[in-house]
Amino acid sequence: MTTTVAQLRAALGEQPWLDEAVARVSAEPGAIGRLFPAAGRKCGREPVAPGWSADEAARAVLLDALPADRISGEVADLYRYGDAAEKRAVLKALPLLPIGGDAVPLLHDAIRTNDTRLVAAALGPYAAHLDPPAWRQAVLKCVFMGVPLSAVDGLGDRADAELAGMLASFAEERRAAGRDVPADALAVLESLREG
Amino acid sequence: MRIFDPHIHMTSRTTDDYERMAAAGVRALVEPAFWLGQPRTNPGSFADYFDGLVGWEPFRASQFGIRHHATIALNPKEANDPRCRGVLDLLPRYLEKDGVVAVGEIGYDSMTPEEDEVFAAQLALAVEHELPALVHTPHRDKARGTERSLAVVDESGIAPDRVAIDHLNEVTVKLVRDTGCWLGFSIYPDTKMSPPRMVEILREYGLERMLVNSAADWGRSDPLLTLATGEAMLAAGFSDDDVDRVLWRNPVEFYGQSGRLRLSDVDGAEPTFEGNSILRGGS
Repeated sequence: MTTTVAQLRAALGEQPWLDEAVARVSAEPGAIGRLFPAAGRKCGREPVAPGWSADEAARAVLLDALPADRISGEVADLYRYGDAAEKRAVLKALPLLPIGGDAVPLLHDAIRTNDTRLVAAALGPYAAHLDPPAWRQAVLKCVFMGVPLSAVDGLGDRADAELAGMLASFAEERRAAGRDVPADALAVLESLREG
Repeated sequence: MRIFDPHIHMTSRTTDDYERMAAAGVRALVEPAFWLGQPRTNPGSFADYFDGLVGWEPFRASQFGIRHHATIALNPKEANDPRCRGVLDLLPRYLEKDGVVAVGEIGYDSMTPEEDEVFAAQLALAVEHELPALVHTPHRDKARGTERSLAVVDESGIAPDRVAIDHLNEVTVKLVRDTGCWLGFSIYPDTKMSPPRMVEILREYGLERMLVNSAADWGRSDPLLTLATGEAMLAAGFSDDDVDRVLWRNPVEFYGQSGRLRLSDVDGAEPTFEGNSILRGGS
């Protein structure tokens, strides 16, 4: 199920601060630098749509208000100077924005971190832009960090024999150490063997 | 005992410390931006450091059930290095973050003209971003440094009750008590202030606007000296409510002035409203 920015905006309901902020960002894109971090304080942090909290939804709406020629640059800066919640919101919004593959470096950055929330957010639909080796490593990192594989968009379609080999080796090491292998990883491994 | 450490540099501490702090009752803390043992030489080093204070460190604290907040500033010592002056241009972005509850640590190290300039500029930022300010008082020439800090605060136009003057002792507490500023005390193993000396100060000057912190960092320090101070207060006849006031409600009231404290999941009180769970839970 793909969510759109319009759906997120509708789910947020009446938000005078957000309306004003959107108007400002459209007219003066640089203003987003100080509006973006305030979204949680102004719009709340409750869930508003499946997988989206109010602050994340509001931030997607703000990004969508940027003029086309400014969006890639501002997205990169907002991620660069974002706190963890802002970075996560940027990552989640990427597939909804008209930016093509410009933001792939942000995914690489998020996947390098040890923050499970960022790693999970990097594996949404926009991860289709990741090349296969990077994507497989990221999936394996999720298993390693205990991020549920339900966070990985399109896992069933994209998982291949190479990933199966990596997961099998991981499972072998865990078993040798007397440790558990996450059930969702075993399920993926099983389905790949069957396929 | 619930403890809010209003000043502790967790970046320099280990997960063992987080575990011991959580077990001791520390549920929330503020990590002020300050200098590291090794001087930095460019604004990029500060950007990465600030990112940690609003990114990685809160995540790490959350693994132990502790709520992490930060204060952001160019510290007085590094304000003297012209290569670091560009940090001032980075501050407006960071001062808007949810987890940033004050501008700090600002103030004096050696009381140079550069420090004067950066101190005043950052007090102006505190006013502009509607944040309280955390003022470090110098380790050397402390009484004069404290007096001069108070003069700069007064000139800046920031309300005194939005300013905490930190690292006070028996001598400098007298200078700050009647200014309306908050009074911070850093309890150290063998320098700045000890739990028994702190208890004497509380006896003499009362509990109002008093903040007790461990200021634990990369030097010899102990993140549990907040707990030790609470225990020393009880042994000296202060009530549980007195201890709660000093170790929880006072720092909540001071930093709550930012409107950005989020304590609903750690204080057992009411849920947040407009991103702010405090003040009603205050004194």
